[in-house]
Amino acid sequence: MTTAYIKGISYYLPEAVLTNEQLVEDFPEWSVDKVAQKVGVLSRHVTVEGETASDMAYRAAKRLFDDYNIEPSQIDFLMLCTQSPDYFLPSSACLLQHKLSIPTTAGAFDYNLGCSGCIYGLALAKSLIVSGMAKNVLLITAETYTKYLHPADKSNRSIFGDGASACLISTDGFAEIGDFVLGTDGSGAESLIVKTGAARQKEKTGAQMVDDEGHVNRDDYLYMNGGAIFNFTLDVVPRLLDAIFVKNDVAQGEVDYYVLHQANKFMLNTIRKVCRIEKDKFYINIEETGNTVSSTVFIALKDCLDNQKISSGQVVAIAGFGVGLSWGGTILKFSKV
Amino acid sequence: MNFDEFLANFAEQFDDTDPSEIAKDTIFHDLEEWSSLTGMSVIAMAKMMYGKTVTGADIRSCITVEDLFHMIESK
Repeated sequence: MTTAYIKGISYYLPEAVLTNEQLVEDFPEWSVDKVAQKVGVLSRHVTVEGETASDMAYRAAKRLFDDYNIEPSQIDFLMLCTQSPDYFLPSSACLLQHKLSIPTTAGAFDYNLGCSGCIYGLALAKSLIVSGMAKNVLLITAETYTKYLHPADKSNRSIFGDGASACLISTDGFAEIGDFVLGTDGSGAESLIVKTGAARQKEKTGAQMVDDEGHVNRDDYLYMNGGAIFNFTLDVVPRLLDAIFVKNDVAQGEVDYYVLHQANKFMLNTIRKVCRIEKDKFYINIEETGNTVSSTVFIALKDCLDNQKISSGQVVAIAGFGVGLSWGGTILKFSKV
Repeated sequence: MNFDEFLANFAEQFDDTDPSEIAKDTIFHDLEEWSSLTGMSVIAMAKMMYGKTVTGADIRSCITVEDLFHMIESK
């Protein structure tokens, strides 16, 4: 086996929905239409108290099994991408192996990445298949960033939503997975961070300060330096796409469609212009989901398949980038849809 | 960098503010439409049109549109 394929993609969004109209009740000074137009989010699904990333992961996997007629016994490896584990230990993936009735002979682990997570998962899954270590890898991404947000954090509350996706990577399937370009720059770690609660600073500090853009940076909640992340993205993504083309021996003109991490509409439009990609080849849709972190690319791919935006024979570039800082991408060649 | 061109580009980052309201000595932080999102647009403009990287802190340190022009030019 020299390559691996995507054989199925499904996703799950939690039932509760937070609309912009509801958000405005907390921020009466907010010009909701203007922000919605720029950021591209009208509503987002949010988990309720007691509903965790692994709960959504379970539902996304069950949906995948139903949608594609997959037996849990076929799965011989399970990976969960999350930064919202149920416990410090064990891995939520181990809990999911049991809950999903996946054989005890399967390998399972969590890995901690955000917006680049789906790409890293595909890269790892492909490696397991190509090396012969596994035949059917269940990759799940699940994130509940909304639980990390301070109620007064208007900017991030307008962008992020919760969700989970599940993908089966196998020795056959409908999309051949190409070669990967990956990258990391830990010098930007503090640009997107939740500082307290883990080993470095276990107790909450209650500390907060106003950042360069006038946003409040709170130790105990998710903080994003919007300007720094935006600059990072504009620096890295054009080079990332070029490297993906070179590595996969594909000319930019041969790429039929682009599905990038759905960070927000404004950022995606800017990237599209910088990379000179035509509008109709570039997917942007987070109106009803918001930025679901590691799940955006799979959610987008699933919607593209359902809406025939991607069809057989097409070459699709995918990329993820964000917290870490971390990035990656590859080419998918769709054979039969 | 040409200032008049820059002024026109800067004014284009606003949707509801008439370009006539934006001049060399305008204190842009005081414009009603100014927000952190407009700040992002300026970061994108600096990158795309002038190939310069500016930060939120850089923009915050400027008072007038002219300050902004000189700050971006100096990068």
